Amino acid sequence: MIKLVGINKYYEVGTHELHVLKDINLEVGSGELVSIMGSSGSGKSTLLNILGILDDYDSGEYSLDDTLIKDLSEKKAALYRNEFIGFIFQSFHLLNYKNALENVALPLYYRGIPRKERNKTALEYLEKVGLKEWAEHMPSELSGGQQQRVSIARALISNPKLILADEPTGALDSKTSESVMDLFREVNALGITVIIVTHEQSIADMTDRQILLHDGKILEKEPVHV
Amino acid sequence: MLIILLGSGNGLENGVRSQFAGDAVNAIWIWPGNTSLPYAGYQPGRPISLENEIYDDLERSINGIDNLSGRKYLNWQNFVTYKGKSGNYGVLGCHPPQKVIEALTITEGRFINDIDMKEYRKVACIGFDMKMELFGDEDPIGKYINVGDIPFKVIGYYSDNGGERDVRKAWVPISTHQRVFGNPNRIDAMAMTTGEATIEEANSMGEEIRDRLSKKLHFDPADPQAVYIRNGAEMYQQFMTLFANIRFFIWIIGIGTIMAGIIGVSNIMMIVVKERTKEIGIRKAMGATAKSIVSLILQESIVITTIAGYFGLVAGVGLLEYAAGQMEGVEFFLNPEVDLRVALSATVLLIIAGSLAGLIPAIKAARIQPVVALREE
Repeated sequence: MIKLVGINKYYEVGTHELHVLKDINLEVGSGELVSIMGSSGSGKSTLLNILGILDDYDSGEYSLDDTLIKDLSEKKAALYRNEFIGFIFQSFHLLNYKNALENVALPLYYRGIPRKERNKTALEYLEKVGLKEWAEHMPSELSGGQQQRVSIARALISNPKLILADEPTGALDSKTSESVMDLFREVNALGITVIIVTHEQSIADMTDRQILLHDGKILEKEPVHV
Repeated sequence: MLIILLGSGNGLENGVRSQFAGDAVNAIWIWPGNTSLPYAGYQPGRPISLENEIYDDLERSINGIDNLSGRKYLNWQNFVTYKGKSGNYGVLGCHPPQKVIEALTITEGRFINDIDMKEYRKVACIGFDMKMELFGDEDPIGKYINVGDIPFKVIGYYSDNGGERDVRKAWVPISTHQRVFGNPNRIDAMAMTTGEATIEEANSMGEEIRDRLSKKLHFDPADPQAVYIRNGAEMYQQFMTLFANIRFFIWIIGIGTIMAGIIGVSNIMMIVVKERTKEIGIRKAMGATAKSIVSLILQESIVITTIAGYFGLVAGVGLLEYAAGQMEGVEFFLNPEVDLRVALSATVLLIIAGSLAGLIPAIKAARIQPVVALREE
């Protein structure tokens, strides 16, 4: 599913370069539920951005579903993001002036699906995350946990092969976190690969496999099966 | 803004055009003056006067004259009465072609004709305002008006676009005028139309007339004050050139205004893009292409400029209408308006301006890296 070979990434900070990812080699199989752990500054968000084709890398090779992701044109990158990947962010990143339903339907808009059809599909997905009654609400009228559910529905609607979650529980209390994680497990059970970036051990413990990132290098733990 | 400028420009143009509409545009006018140069033994300061022979002579000798008419004044204002109603009007003598030179429209009846001239008939063709003031709704034709104590039979009345002064007049045959009001033989001014003549031809006709008159009336052809010759075609042409220039100037100002508007909207869009950086990042993560982001920003910009532009258009037209109401009766300023074509081209210009204004911010927005946009603050 995901194959990283010798990935290096540098950031320019003022006059000197910062080596953020150092020779990353990683494989994630189809249908895995993986967490990437690391303290802040360890490069985990950068890694996630590269996996999500939001950022490019300086050397190495990244293939997603046997497609080499390297030096893509803007258009191609946008297409792959839309088709392969669902994103979930720490601060949800919903569009404030659109209601829950429209937010969920957004990826379908970029696929050119007509409004009626995408709204119907969006409602189905909202139902799956238990928010059907909240479809007409604006993000500001929803709790954090509900907003995250909306964003999960949005990530799922494009029927992606890979869900990338960046600190999905970072802004939630522990109880809501748990229910969100349950949702991730359900999604995973459908056969979708889920990668969660977190710095909370309790969250990482709920995944099948933990990858520890330290100073831009991988220190992988043995898979812990619950 | 552009609409107001264009509208006022049109108003001015319409106003002057209508002033010309009062007279044929291809006319030449001749007034006698006093000599200012000595000539053939004559002292300067000698008054020149036109007479019937001059009229006949010009009609015979100058090629290209369409209509030639002399004009003879009585007093500036003459007391005219009809059945107890009275007023002060101009009473002028003329030849029949005067109708064409003044571009009169006969409402009812007829104008002076050659038989009136020959038989020294006491007939008058009166202006519309004069008819309304003296007769009201009564049919004036065949009725007698008294100029002083001399009765004239009304044979027709006319309207003229030239202004109020032109329709407060009575035209009578010049022959009758000369006989009844004194100064037989005298013609105070002459006017003619030049048919299809070009400006150059009309100018050379003017020169020809001056030469002819100088021989007949013994004055120096170089004397600027002996006779005055005004060439309508040339003046008309000059005005039209002036208007073309004014219009050009107005467009330049208007386009300058629009440019300022573009820069303003562009700035606003820059801020909008900045504010929506995060949203654009989200959209990109959801699979928005650069093209769709550009069109998102462009659409917004076009909508802003079009709505604002439309209000501007409506306000401008409204203001023009108001101004037109206020300036009713002001000569040289008539019907300030913009036609549909101008309004349409202004609208198209607005939409182009909108897309221009949005283009740079839109491209900037499309270049936003999703990582940068989504970075947690």
